[in-house]
Formats: sequence, C-alpha cells, structure tokens
Amino acid sequence: MTTASESLPPPTASTGPIAWVKERLFSSPLNTILTVLSVWIVLMSLPPFIEWALIKASFTASTSQECRASGGACWAFIGQKYRLMLFGLYPYDEQWRPLIAAIVMIAMIIVSTVQRFWNISLLFIWVGGLAVVAILMWGGIFGLRYVEDTQWGGLPLTLILSTFGIALAFPFGILLALGRRSKMPAIKTLCVLYIELIRGVPLISMLFMSSVMLPLFLPEGFSIDKLLRAQIAIIMFAAAYLAEVVRGGLQAIPKGQYEGADSLGLSYGQKMSFIILPQALKIVIPPLCSLFIAVFKDTSLVVIIGIYDLMQSTKVALTDPAWRGFSIEAYVFVSAIYFIFCYGMSKYSQNLEVRLATGHKR
Amino acid sequence: MADPRVNGGQSAPPRRLSWNDPDVRSVVYQVVAVALVGIVGWFLVSNTLHNLSTRNISTGFDFLSRESGFAIGESPIAFGPENTYARAILVGILNTIRIAVIGVILATILGTIIGIARLSKNWLVAKIAMIYVEVIRNVPLLLQLFFWYALITETLPGPRQAINVMPGVFMSNRGIKVPAPTEHFAFDLAAIGFMLAFVLIFIMVNLAKKRQDATGKAFPVYRGGLALLIGMPLLGWLIGGAPWELDVPKLQGFNFVGGATLTPEFAALLFGLVLYTAGFIAEVVRSGIQAVNYGQWEAASALGLSRSQTLRLIVLPQSLRVIIPPMTSQYLNLTKNSSLAVAIGYPDIVSIANTTLNQTGQAIEGIMIIMAVYLSISLSISLFMNWYNKHIALVER
Repeated sequence: MTTASESLPPPTASTGPIAWVKERLFSSPLNTILTVLSVWIVLMSLPPFIEWALIKASFTASTSQECRASGGACWAFIGQKYRLMLFGLYPYDEQWRPLIAAIVMIAMIIVSTVQRFWNISLLFIWVGGLAVVAILMWGGIFGLRYVEDTQWGGLPLTLILSTFGIALAFPFGILLALGRRSKMPAIKTLCVLYIELIRGVPLISMLFMSSVMLPLFLPEGFSIDKLLRAQIAIIMFAAAYLAEVVRGGLQAIPKGQYEGADSLGLSYGQKMSFIILPQALKIVIPPLCSLFIAVFKDTSLVVIIGIYDLMQSTKVALTDPAWRGFSIEAYVFVSAIYFIFCYGMSKYSQNLEVRLATGHKR
Repeated sequence: MADPRVNGGQSAPPRRLSWNDPDVRSVVYQVVAVALVGIVGWFLVSNTLHNLSTRNISTGFDFLSRESGFAIGESPIAFGPENTYARAILVGILNTIRIAVIGVILATILGTIIGIARLSKNWLVAKIAMIYVEVIRNVPLLLQLFFWYALITETLPGPRQAINVMPGVFMSNRGIKVPAPTEHFAFDLAAIGFMLAFVLIFIMVNLAKKRQDATGKAFPVYRGGLALLIGMPLLGWLIGGAPWELDVPKLQGFNFVGGATLTPEFAALLFGLVLYTAGFIAEVVRSGIQAVNYGQWEAASALGLSRSQTLRLIVLPQSLRVIIPPMTSQYLNLTKNSSLAVAIGYPDIVSIANTTLNQTGQAIEGIMIIMAVYLSISLSISLFMNWYNKHIALVER
C-alpha cells in the first residue's frame, strides 16, 4: 500500500526582482562579499560627491569668498568664466562666430555618421564645411572683422585641430597605407620608415619639433604661425596611425578581389579606387572612430606649446587672482565636455560595429 | 618564359624599354619617389644649416659635456647644478624608465582586475567596472593629470595638518610620505634575494616541464614560484640580521623628515597614467577572455578539470594569444604618455631635454635626443613582446 508522499514546496522563483537579486548579487559567498564591498565603495564615494557637487554647491555667488563659504563646489566660477573657457581670447563681441563654427563642425561630424551620406557627397560636405569654418574664424571678407589666429581659442580650436587633423590626414594616410602594401621596395621602405618613426615617438616630441625645429627648416624670411605648425604636427601624427588602420582594412580584403580586378584589366588606380578602397574603408570605420576620439583627446597636448585650446583657456581662466583655487570645478566642467563628445562617438562606433557585422551573425 | 616552341628555339628578343612594361614603370616610380624625398630632405637640411649659421648656433653634441647649472627636483642618482648636461639627460631617462616600469606593472594588475570585473556575474561589480572604464577612457589623459595634480596640491592640507591615512603614512600638499627601510645591509640582501628568485623560478619552470614531459607528473609551479618570491627576500633579510627599524616620517617644524616621499608630481603622474592605462587594459583583457570559445570551458569541465585549472590551463593560455599584441601597444602608449610629465613638472626626459634646449639653444639636438630615447624604448618593448608572443603563439603542424 502506498500513500502519496507529502507535496514538495513550490520551486523557488527563477524570475522576478527577488530571484534577480539572488542570481545577480548573492549567488555565492564570494559574490556576496563582492556585493557588500561594492555597496560600501558606492556609499563611501557617492553621498560626499553629491553633497559637494549639488547640495552644498554654490551656483550664484558673485565673489570667490562667498563661494568658499558655502563649503561645496563653486559652479558660480564656471558661470563667471565660461566664455573665456569656451572661446579663449577671441574678441568678446565677435564670439558668435566661433560658436557658429563649432556648430558647423559638430554638424559635419554628425552628418558623417549617417550611412546615407557615405559616398562622394561627404567629401563636398567636408570641403564646404571646413571652408565655412575658415571664413567664420578668420573673417576679413563679407564684412567680417579679420581675427588673427593667435586669438582663436577654446572649444572651436579643439574642434578645428581635430577635424582638420583627421580630414587632412586622411588622403595622406591612405597613400601611406597603399605605399606600405606596395611591391616596390623603395616606396615600401620609405612608407614603413615614416609610419614606424612617427608611431615610435610621443605626440609631444612632434609638437616640440613643430614649434622649435620647423622654423629652422624653412627658407629665410618665410614663416608659418604657431597654430598652423601645431596643426601640421597633428596631421603628420594622425596620418601614421591612420595608415595602419587603413592597412588593416586592405589586408582584410580577400585576394580574389584584387585578382578579379586585375582580370578585368583595371589599372592600379582604378582597382584601388573602385574595388579595394571602398570595401576596405567600410571595414575600418569603427577603428577610424576610435582614432578620431584619440586625436580629439590628444589635441589637448597643444597646451604644452602654449596654444589656447579648451584646456589652455581653462588654465588661463584659473589664473584670475579674484577666483583662485577652483581648479577641480573647472576640470570637472571641461572633463564633462570632453566626455560628452568622446562617449557619443564611442557609443556610435559600437552601434556601427553591430550594424556592419552582418557577415558573422548566425 | 623561354619556351622553345614560341621563339623557334632561339633566345628571347632583347627587351625594349616601354612604358607598358610594369617593371620599367615600377623602377621609374621608385626613382621619382626617392628623388622627391631626397630633394625635400636636402632642401630642409640646407635651409636649416643656413638658418643655424645666420643665427650663430653651433651644431653638434659638444654641449653635453658642459655644466648644466640647473637643479632637478627628484633624481634616482645624485645630481646638482655643477653636473653636466649629459648627466641631466641620464637623470631624465632614468626618471622616464622609473615611471614607465612602475606604471606598466600597476596598470597591468589594476586593468586585469577591472577587465575580469566587467565580466563578473555580479551586476553591481560589472556596472561599477563599466562606469570606470567609460569615464576614464573618454577624458583626455592630460586633463586627468592636471586634475590629480590640482587635487593633491590644492585640496590636501599643508604638512602640519597632514592627513594620517595609516600609521606612518601622511598625505599633504607636499606629497605622500611613507615609511622607508633604513639603510641596512639586510635590505640589500633582500633585494638580491628577490632578483635571485626570478632566476630560480626560470630554472624551476624548465625543470618542471622536463619532468612532466618525461614522467607525466606535474609540479606545483605556481605555489613554488610564490614561495621563492617571498622566501628568497625573507632569507636575505634574515641573514642580514633581521633589522626591525623603519625610517618613519616625523613632523619637524614645517615639514616632514625621514621616510620616503612620493612627490606631488610623481604621485599625480603615476595615478593618472595607471588609472588611464588600466581602463584600456581592462578592455583588452575583457575582449581576450571573451574571444575564447565557450566550448573550451565545457570541454575542460567534461575532462574533469576544476574551474581554476580550466582558467589556468585552458582559457588563459588561449586568451593570452589574443591579449598580447594589443597589450604591447598599451605598454608602448603608457611609456609614450609618460612624456606628459612635462605639463605637471615631473623631470622626465622630455622636460629635461626641453630645459636643456631652452638654455643652450640646441633645438635640433634636444629633440633628436628625445626621439632617440623614445624610439629605443619603444623598439625594445616591441622586440621583447614580439619574442614573448612568438613564444606563446599557436604552434601548428
């Protein structure tokens, strides 16, 4: 005779918030320790930060004494100095011009991210956009006052150095990559030497070279100004890295594509510009994005040779004796600007990687 | 080429120079390219020589043996204003190597921990690691260096109100003070023991491998290595008489005496470089571990290996192959990024060469020294990592 055994308790929930917490936070002793440790770190860092940045912070103080008395962050300092930090020494009443220039450059970057524009029209957009930026910044025509480029500064200058840097390094980098893949030993050696030399030294040494050595290289009575020299250094630097990125794309194209182009009787130029490069460049768009982020961040190094980019104009704002000792606030503000740009671009490139990786999905 | 049926048994006709011959074109292109580079180079060199002669700047490296006349804030070897420029440059090189070596070691440890944390099943840990990586990687390193430097010099109190973090460790706006071992023979012995441990580990690993190949018996290499690393310095310290005294920093007047100092410059640079590079290394480690097929984990557990054995013997060796090349470039980046020291005043090679070229006017020589130093450091790191990469690369049939 058998009796029904006692009914078991229902299985523990495998969905719902409690199960999630159990699974993701307390699944094992080690996991529990890690959770407790992380909670402790968050509790130790977050409340004091919020207290400093928001609760005790002063947003409206008109003097630094008033600000200091609040005991928290002094955002009023940013309110006082944001024009200087964002636009540098550009003439005060003309600052709408760098503002529009910055908007044009940001628009150019955004347009470049739209897949529909990935054709020859992008080239025209960039040439046109960069020309508009140059006219706005320099002026001298259309009734705009001429502004020397020693007075440029702030965010527009950072954007100029990085967008012009990448845009002008592009053709140069592609030529270098093709040269490195070439079968002609002399051309290959020259390209390898250039790429490896540049990649082996820090950007600072290139900037120093541009500021102290370049004037010696030029014939007497002929000089180019500091900003242009720094821009040349950034272009030369970016081109070497760009060449390596493009080379990666060239190597990823199957040999059959090269042979197919050859068997159709295409010349080298036709083969590259119609068959190989369009495919290779499409592959390397995500690493190109990372390179652009890297160049954007690296332009901050021009501080060291005294060019008024976003970093340097911030440092200048910090030297005002009436507002001493608010570096942390200023640096947090500038970090936020850099972060918005770089994070946006990196999110975009991650997104793109997923979208372009159609071949590997199963 | 010389098919007898085509040419009726005779040798091929002499080649005519033609633009349609790819070999001819290739030679012409190369000659033109080399000539162009040569002309540009000659143009630049002749301009430079002319400019130098009109400005009365002498070329050459004679200035290196002259007295430098400047002092250097921190130096691993004795240095004063009476020493030569050559010695100043040497100090710079040593300072660069010092920050690079310490930075690479710390960044690798921190980066690996964060990389693994990003893959953790623990939601909170994974999120904190992700926020860290995103914030650090998207803010310029220079800005981070300025930030740490300002944090140390502006927000920390003066030496008299220094924050006592741990017994003997003081943080103030003059830097971080830590206890240091006093000058004693035993500590030198311990250092020698530490270095000797590496040699012994190398021998032990080879012997263990031979024994395993011959008998199939495994030797606890990792535990043995750890024991050697701890035991050998301890042995040296014991032989030296096991001294206990540490040189603890003490407040005297307005500043600390004794102990070792992390200057604000060094601390900010090290902090910045390590935290920044760790963010990138974390991504390298994460992608390396993710690159190993999940089937490898399953196959290993089917063979009855424990989880730690699987990680050590199956997954890590395979992910290392993916990790090594990008890790190399991160090490190179850290070394090159240490040149940003010039912005916060740590006397690395760039900052000293910069002072030198400002004082002497020898711009070309100064920049050549900087570039030569970085090129040789970069090349040695790449050579070593390439050797290591070949060592662990997949050997196919």
